[in-house]
Amino acid sequence: MSKVYVPRDSAARSVGADEVAEALAKAGHEVIRNGSRGLLFLEPLVEVETKDGRIAYGPVTVEDVASLPLATGGAHKLRLGNIEDHPYLKNQERLTFARCGITDPVSVADYVQHGGFEGLKKALGLAGSAIVAEVTESGLRGRGGAGFPTGIKWKTVHDASADQKYVCCNADEGDSGTFADRMVMEGDPLMLIEGMTIAGVAVGATKGYVYIRSEYPDAIATMKEAIANAVAAKWLGANIQGTDKSFHLEVRRGAGAYICGEETAMLESLEGKRGTVRPKPPIPALEGLFGKPTVINNVLSFAAVPFILAKGGAAYKNYGMGRSRGTLPFQLAGNIRQGGLVEKAFGVTLRELVEGFGGGTFTGKPIRAIQVGGPLGAYVPASQLDMPMDYETFAAAQAMVGHGGIVVFDESVDMAAQARFAMEFCAIESCGKCTPCRIGSTRGVEVIDKIVAGEDRDANLDLLADLCQTMTDGSLCAMGGLTPMPVLSAIKHFPEDFDKPAKMAAE
Amino acid sequence: MSQKTTLLDLSPREATAAREIALRYGNRPDALLEILHDLQEHLGFVPEAALPALAKALNLSRAEVHGVVTFYHDYRREPAGRHVIKVCRAEACQSMGANELVGMIERYLKVKLGQTTADGAITVEAAYCLGNCALSPAMMVDEKLVGRVDAKKFEKIVAECRS
Ligand SMILES: Cc1cc2nc3c(=O)[nH]c(=O)nc-3n(C[C@H](O)[C@H](O)[C@H](O)COP(=O)(O)O)c2cc1C
Ligand code: SF4
Ligand code: FES
Repeated sequence: MSKVYVPRDSAARSVGADEVAEALAKAGHEVIRNGSRGLLFLEPLVEVETKDGRIAYGPVTVEDVASLPLATGGAHKLRLGNIEDHPYLKNQERLTFARCGITDPVSVADYVQHGGFEGLKKALGLAGSAIVAEVTESGLRGRGGAGFPTGIKWKTVHDASADQKYVCCNADEGDSGTFADRMVMEGDPLMLIEGMTIAGVAVGATKGYVYIRSEYPDAIATMKEAIANAVAAKWLGANIQGTDKSFHLEVRRGAGAYICGEETAMLESLEGKRGTVRPKPPIPALEGLFGKPTVINNVLSFAAVPFILAKGGAAYKNYGMGRSRGTLPFQLAGNIRQGGLVEKAFGVTLRELVEGFGGGTFTGKPIRAIQVGGPLGAYVPASQLDMPMDYETFAAAQAMVGHGGIVVFDESVDMAAQARFAMEFCAIESCGKCTPCRIGSTRGVEVIDKIVAGEDRDANLDLLADLCQTMTDGSLCAMGGLTPMPVLSAIKHFPEDFDKPAKMAAE
Repeated sequence: MSQKTTLLDLSPREATAAREIALRYGNRPDALLEILHDLQEHLGFVPEAALPALAKALNLSRAEVHGVVTFYHDYRREPAGRHVIKVCRAEACQSMGANELVGMIERYLKVKLGQTTADGAITVEAAYCLGNCALSPAMMVDEKLVGRVDAKKFEKIVAECRS
C-alpha cells in the first residue's frame, strides 16, 4: 500500500478532503494529513510518494479514489505529475511557505527535518540587539496592513525596561480575500511559534499570545496542538533547549469583531474587555498589553523571521523592489479560475498574479475590478493591472497592498453596490468610539442609496465626498479612516455605475 | 421562593456553570472571552442569569461583563437552532454570487439571516469572511467550513441538519 498525503487545511476540507482521506485509509493506504500546497483550485489534492517524487492528483472526489493508480503514480485524468514541477508552484518564491504542504504540520520531527528551528537555534546564541539588527537588516515590514518596519518596532520594545514584556500575534485575519495567516497556522504552525519565540528572545519577553479569530476553529486547534508538541520537545516553555531563555505561548480566541484586528482593540480584547480602539500615544511597543512593552505583529511578519535568522537578513532583502523587501504570500481570491496562495517577491505585477497564476476569472468573463488589501483597500480597475505589487506604488495610486488579498470581480459587478457595502461594513464593525466612523458610515449608506436612486445626484456626490473627507480626517483608526478608500476608488474608476438613469438610457 | 418550576429555577445551574468555567481559568478577568466561549459551548448561549455569578467570580462589575457580552457578535443571548449555518457575505464571496445565495437560502428555509427555522433545526447567520475566499462562496456549518456552495450542496447540508 502507498504513502499518500491529503491536506488537513480547512479550505481543502471544505471541498471534501476528509471524505477522500477516509476512503484512502479504508483502501489500506497510509494517509498523512499535510498542510495545503496552496493550489486551492486543485483541492482536494492527493499526493502519493513514488521513486520519482510526490505525484499529485486533483481535484479528487471520493468517487475517483478507487481508480487512482497509487501503486505506480501512473496515468489518470486527474494526474498533475510531480507537484513541485507544477508551474503554479514552480514559479513562486517560497521563503515563508517553503514547508507548507510538505510536512505533517504538527510534527516537530518533520519540522526540524525540513530546516525548522534553525533560526531559533541561531537566535539563542545571539544578544537580543543582534537579533533585532538582523531583522532590521532584512527590511521586513509588517504584513498586517500598515507596513511598519518590524526591526524598528522590536528595537523600541528591546530598549524599553520593564519587569514584564509581551509578544502578541495578530491572527485576527478579518480581511475578505485573505487566508495566508490561516494557512500558516493550519499548515506550518511551528514556524509561527518559532518566529514568536525569536521575538521573545530578542526583546526579552517571556510570555506571548496568539489572538486567533473564532471563525478559524481548525487553526485554533492546530495551533494548540503544535504548541503542546513544541513544549514537549523543549522548543518552547521554560529553558528552551536547555538555555536560560524561556517563552510561554497561549492561544486566545476572538469573538467575531473585525475591529479586534486593529492592534490596540486586540489588546483590549486580550485583556478581556470590549474591543474598542485606544488612542495613541502611548504606542503598544511602550505601553501595550496590561500596560507593558509589547511586540505586536501579524502572523506573516513573525513567520518571515525564522528564514531571516537562519539565512541572514541580507538573503531576505535580496528579494523585492524599492522599499518593499522580501516576499509576500499573495492570496488570489473571489472570481478567479485558479485561486490560491502565491508567494512572490514584491515587484510582481497584478496582471502576472491575476492572469498568469490566476488564469483570469472563474466565470470566464472579462475582469472589471480587483479589490486589493481587504475591505479597506481600493478597487483597482483592469486598466491598472500592470502595477507592480509594492507598498509605495500602490500608495501613489491611492490604493494599498495591505495583507496581500486580491479579490477579482468580473464585468457583472455593480460598483455602486460595492461602495455601499464598504460603508455598510464599516457601520456594522465600527467600535463606536468616534463619530465620523460610527455615524458617518451609516450616513454614507444613505447617501449612496440616494445617488443610485438618481436623487439630487450631483449634490449627493458632493456630500459623499465631504463625508469621506470627514471620515479620513476625523477617525481615530483606519477603520473609519480608510473606509473612504474603496468608496472613492469605485466612484473615480467606475463613475458610470453611480449614474444609473444615464447608464440605462445608454443601454 | 415559589415551589413551582419557573424559568428562575434555571439560574442556579447557570450560575454554577459560570463559576466552574471561570475557576478553570483561575478566575482571571483577562480570560473573559474564553470563559464566555466555553459557557456558550456548554449551555448553547450566554444566559443573563449567568452574568452576576461570572462578574463576582472575576471581580468585575456586572456592567463590565454585560458590556463585553453585547460588544462581540459571537455571544448569543438566546438559544440557537440545533445547527448554526454562517453564510459569508464579504467581498470575495460577493464576487461569486453570495448575495444571490443568501436570497436562495432565505427562500428555501423560509427565514431571514439571524433567524431559526420553524422546526428548530437551523439558525442562519451572516459572516464576514471565513478565510475560504479562493473557493467562494463559502459557509460554515457548525464548525465545518464548506466551499463552492451551490443550491445542490446547500440542500444536502440542510437535509443532513434535519436528519
Ligand atoms: C480595522 C483594522 C483591522 C485590522 N485587522 C488586522 C488583522 O486582522 N490582522 C493584522 O495583522 N493586522 C490588522 N490590522 C493592523 C494592525 O492594527 C497592526 O498594524 C498590525 O497587527 C501590526 O503588525 P505588523 O506590523 O506585523 O503588520 C488592522 C487594522 C485596522 C485599523
Ligand atoms: S474609526 Fe471607527 S473603529 Fe476606529 S476608533 Fe473610531 S469608531 Fe472605532
Ligand atoms: S470573503 Fe467569503 S470566505 Fe473570505
